Amino acid sequence: MADLYQSQRAMRQMRRLAMQRGVVAILDVGSSKIACLILRFDGPDRLGEDGSVGSLAGQSGFRVIGANTTRSRGVQFGEISAMQETERAIRTAVQGAQKMAAVRVDHVIACFSGAHPRSYGLNAQVDLEGQEVTENEVARVLAACEVPEYGGDREVLHAQPINFALDHRSGLSDPRGQIGHALEVDMHMLTVDAPIVQNLVHCIKRCDLELAGIASSAYASGFSALVEDEQELGAACIDMGGGSTSISVFMKKHMIYADAVRMGGDHITSDISMGLSVPTANAERIKTFCGGVQATGADDRDMIDIGGDTGDWEHDRRTVSRAELIGIMRPRVEEILEEVRARLDAAGFEHLPSQQIVLTGGSSQIMGLDGLATRILGHQVRLGRPLRVHGLPQSATGPSFASSVGLCLLAAHPQDEWWDFEMPVDKHTRGTFRRAVRWFKENW
Amino acid sequence: MRSLIQRVLSKATAHKIDPAPSRLKYRIQRWMLTPGIRMGVRFGVPICAVAVGLSIFLADDARRDLIVSTANELRAEFENRPEFLVNVMAIDGAGRDLSEDIREVMSIDFPLSSFDLELSDLRELVEGLDPVKSAKVRIRPGGILQVDVVERTPAVVWRTHDGLALLDETGAFVAELGSRDLHPLLPLIVGQGADEYVAEALQLVDASRPLSGRLRGLVRIGERRWDVVLDREQRILLPTGDPLSALERVIAVSEVQELLERDVAVVDMRLAARPTVRMTEYAVENWWHIKQTNAGNP
Repeated sequence: MADLYQSQRAMRQMRRLAMQRGVVAILDVGSSKIACLILRFDGPDRLGEDGSVGSLAGQSGFRVIGANTTRSRGVQFGEISAMQETERAIRTAVQGAQKMAAVRVDHVIACFSGAHPRSYGLNAQVDLEGQEVTENEVARVLAACEVPEYGGDREVLHAQPINFALDHRSGLSDPRGQIGHALEVDMHMLTVDAPIVQNLVHCIKRCDLELAGIASSAYASGFSALVEDEQELGAACIDMGGGSTSISVFMKKHMIYADAVRMGGDHITSDISMGLSVPTANAERIKTFCGGVQATGADDRDMIDIGGDTGDWEHDRRTVSRAELIGIMRPRVEEILEEVRARLDAAGFEHLPSQQIVLTGGSSQIMGLDGLATRILGHQVRLGRPLRVHGLPQSATGPSFASSVGLCLLAAHPQDEWWDFEMPVDKHTRGTFRRAVRWFKENW
Repeated sequence: MRSLIQRVLSKATAHKIDPAPSRLKYRIQRWMLTPGIRMGVRFGVPICAVAVGLSIFLADDARRDLIVSTANELRAEFENRPEFLVNVMAIDGAGRDLSEDIREVMSIDFPLSSFDLELSDLRELVEGLDPVKSAKVRIRPGGILQVDVVERTPAVVWRTHDGLALLDETGAFVAELGSRDLHPLLPLIVGQGADEYVAEALQLVDASRPLSGRLRGLVRIGERRWDVVLDREQRILLPTGDPLSALERVIAVSEVQELLERDVAVVDMRLAARPTVRMTEYAVENWWHIKQTNAGNP
């Protein structure tokens, strides 16, 4: 536990360093594309004179100065499967973004979607030493959380306090400075497979970059695709990526649940490829331009050339109707959405006060998806696009960049994590000394 | 819709290999984006290259000489262009003798490039000549070296043991004088150190104009005071301080009492409180004689 604590703190330190230098890169390692954005921070001085955040909800402190996207290789289900290939793809993305920004970046914040994320809810309660809740007390209550046995080869990616309660007064976001007797905390912890994270870290190291943070893409895309009241009242963000579909549930502006379905747009493409026996590139193109999930009468007459370059005239002139294509795509999309439904049901999503569901990610651009999703997931479904941030090129504003943009926001305004508080001092001599002093005070 | 689909799909066949920079290319690009290295490549490397090239080129003596001689040739060629040549010298404000002296002193072989003429040196050379009070030297358009001279005008004749000399009003030497007859109208001053007080001497001469030509000259006595010498061997001894008013006093007395018309050898004004008159020997004898006559025959 202390090991992870140290490494996460080291990454936080690196992030602070990057903020001082003013330039940090955002790397979204996805299954279908790798995106790199370069942010320039103008410093907190840009705030208004009265300390107000001004327009853009306080996100105006940074600006995207470089952006590049490349086709991902060697990544499957959001996990690195061919390291050399992924490294080359990361190099391509970073080089293009650096070229556009004309600055050299050394620090990178990465996100990925795979690695079997699993959520845990933790809870702890301590009696306060004094009357007032200090930062030290917060650290103590966080340390008192009983960590479940999550497996040896797994690692904690996020551990965020989401709720504090002070003497049965619940719903406190920041209890520091308040008076009470007992402090209680609810914490959300997200674990992922450690080797997969190690691979990503190694890959980034091999590109001469320093890792300044690592996040789950479910978390990041929830941050950019959900609007503020959705985050506050409770909503699920479903990021339909290439290799995996990640789910994150937000409430009171904190992520309370995250999961991932290991299916995505690439599976739809491979279904088309197999069903029509065409190359994957062709299948991808057919899916993008002609795909859909709601068949109408006109689709039977709408014939699509599916092409081919075998040289056989008959084979290369094949056509299918759009209805057939929809017939191939729809079951897979339904399967994905039903799996998502099952995960949400397992998480108890129906108990939330608001059951808004936001679909984002590249695969959410399939025509007619919102109608299908309404039938499977419930009535409050909308398609989400990421927030607009300064300097983001038009080509990077689509829903497939939700996690990149969310990571930008997180880079500028990170949420408190467990490791942002000091390790409690109980185990050290200073603590024992302090206890001795207290015992002395109480008895005389 | 159908035609659009077909057009779109017809392009789908080309599938390029994924581009990726090599590790070296990637690192080089990152180096190039580092500010220090960027500046170094942009300015440092060209400067170093030029410096190395120059030093290799100049390491050979022959090449260095070639450069120097070429530069000199070019310079000489430029300086000797007809626009810059000076062909004649014109001297204004000097008499014939002085002009010849100036030409002799300057001794320039025309034609000559104006770059080789050091005008301030030439001016000093001309002003070094005795009869020249001031001079201006410049090059006039058309290749003429113009020398404007203001000559000193002789104001007094100074007789010394070596002979006669002409001095101007400041006491500066103008010329030797062979004979007094050449400048009969100029006043004569005698005595050591007289040339330093020419201005005072001229004032005295000016003041003695009522003596209507009886003035022979002024004598500087002991390098401190003046004697006015008149004809009939008469002298007026003037004091060191304020000799002019003393002389005016003598002249005033002389005009009223005809002092200088009488048999007086010396009028001594050295002590202003007690002016003294010395009579000639004949006058004294005569005066005695008259006294005896008056005493013997009451």
